[in-house]
Amino acid sequence: MPESKDKMGIVRHVAEIIIDELKLEDITPDTFNPEMDLVDELGIDSMDLATIALVLQDEYKIVIDEDDYPKLKTVRLICEYIEEKLAAKH
Amino acid sequence: MKTISALLDSDWRDRYRRIASLNIRSSIYDLTNRCNLRCKGCFFFSSGEHHVTEEMDIKKWEGFIDREKARGVNLAILIGGEPTLCMDRLEAFYQRLPTYCATNGLIKVPRDKFPDMMVGISLWGGGEDEKVLRGKDTFAVSSKNYEGDPYTYYLYTVTPKQVGKIEPVIKRIVDVGLKVHLQLLSNDESVDGFSWRQGELADLRAEMDEMLDHYPQTIISSKYYHEVITTGMMLGRRFGWRECPSVTESLDNRQPPVRRLIHFYRWAADLQTVHRCCTSATRDCATCKDGAAHMSWVMVNKREHMNTTRDMQNWIEVYEMFAKLYRLIPW
Ligand code: SF4
Ligand code: SF4
Repeated sequence: MPESKDKMGIVRHVAEIIIDELKLEDITPDTFNPEMDLVDELGIDSMDLATIALVLQDEYKIVIDEDDYPKLKTVRLICEYIEEKLAAKH
Repeated sequence: MKTISALLDSDWRDRYRRIASLNIRSSIYDLTNRCNLRCKGCFFFSSGEHHVTEEMDIKKWEGFIDREKARGVNLAILIGGEPTLCMDRLEAFYQRLPTYCATNGLIKVPRDKFPDMMVGISLWGGGEDEKVLRGKDTFAVSSKNYEGDPYTYYLYTVTPKQVGKIEPVIKRIVDVGLKVHLQLLSNDESVDGFSWRQGELADLRAEMDEMLDHYPQTIISSKYYHEVITTGMMLGRRFGWRECPSVTESLDNRQPPVRRLIHFYRWAADLQTVHRCCTSATRDCATCKDGAAHMSWVMVNKREHMNTTRDMQNWIEVYEMFAKLYRLIPW
């Protein structure tokens, strides 16, 4: 489980995962705009999303339903989704 | 890091967004083992893929399609054999899923039952080649069955003997008010004189480009697709088993994993057997010319096309071509 479970921590960690998994260059977790549309701007597709979702599931011990992929449009929305899932566990 | 807005102007961005929101999960189904033709070079019969026991119980088909839908499939591509020999199965798919029927066109799909089902009619060149390879000029029949049909197009498999001669075939299609998509023969049965020779594919590419310029309202294609399918190359990578996106998911043990069509399967007509890929399991991947596999290859490699504006526009044009072939966007 990542160290920080607060909102900013999750936003940063999700950005890190996306940068790592998609091997993005010229961008850091600090410069990653959490409002950027991942499909319309970054050009990620469902296979990229599936890869990212696998890592997130592992890291946060949550289950991400494939039907939910269309909701995961920005880092902020992913972060909110993770928070909901974590809250539902407690 | 390249972004879409850095690469594309607003017109291209709109085109990109229109297709980026499509989330297609297709699979292919052999609807039957039977056909009313026996074409030389047909991958289905030449690879022995018809040697399974065909499921005859329509209830079993209905249950199977419901399970496929639950698995997330949202585009059913029906092949065979000849799907129109089994109208009840065709109807079972059509009532449950967006459905595409690949047919030889000899039997007309009744439009009162299937008003907007996409139909792709196979065509192997002009009348003479069709007689040699398929035993008859199928166009003479299929064009009467489907003339002017707004949900039908020809899937024209260009053979090496057609190089330099495709325009008359396109004109015949224009005359019956239909559209056409071009692909290449893989010659799975090594029919004499129908294997590609050095230089022919480069000539064909130039010819396909020229035809697209002359008949943009009739030909559903893109120049980048012509490049990829005739050279087998994309962004410096060579097509083949290590790159192919159209492999049945449960049989795909490639490591490291390959960019592929998510949850893609090709099912046999016994509803239990799965085939390796969208075409013949006995085909050599190194010489495979399968059009759908090449098209999907481009489509699953979107971010690899985000290096330059031209690459991204090429990617968009190929994706639009795919979306038009299934009328997910207007023609
Ligand atoms: S019509 Fe199609 S399925 Fe039938 S033999 Fe010809 S290529 Fe094969
Ligand atoms: S034969 Fe063609 S479509 Fe089939 S796995 Fe090989 S490359 Fe892919």
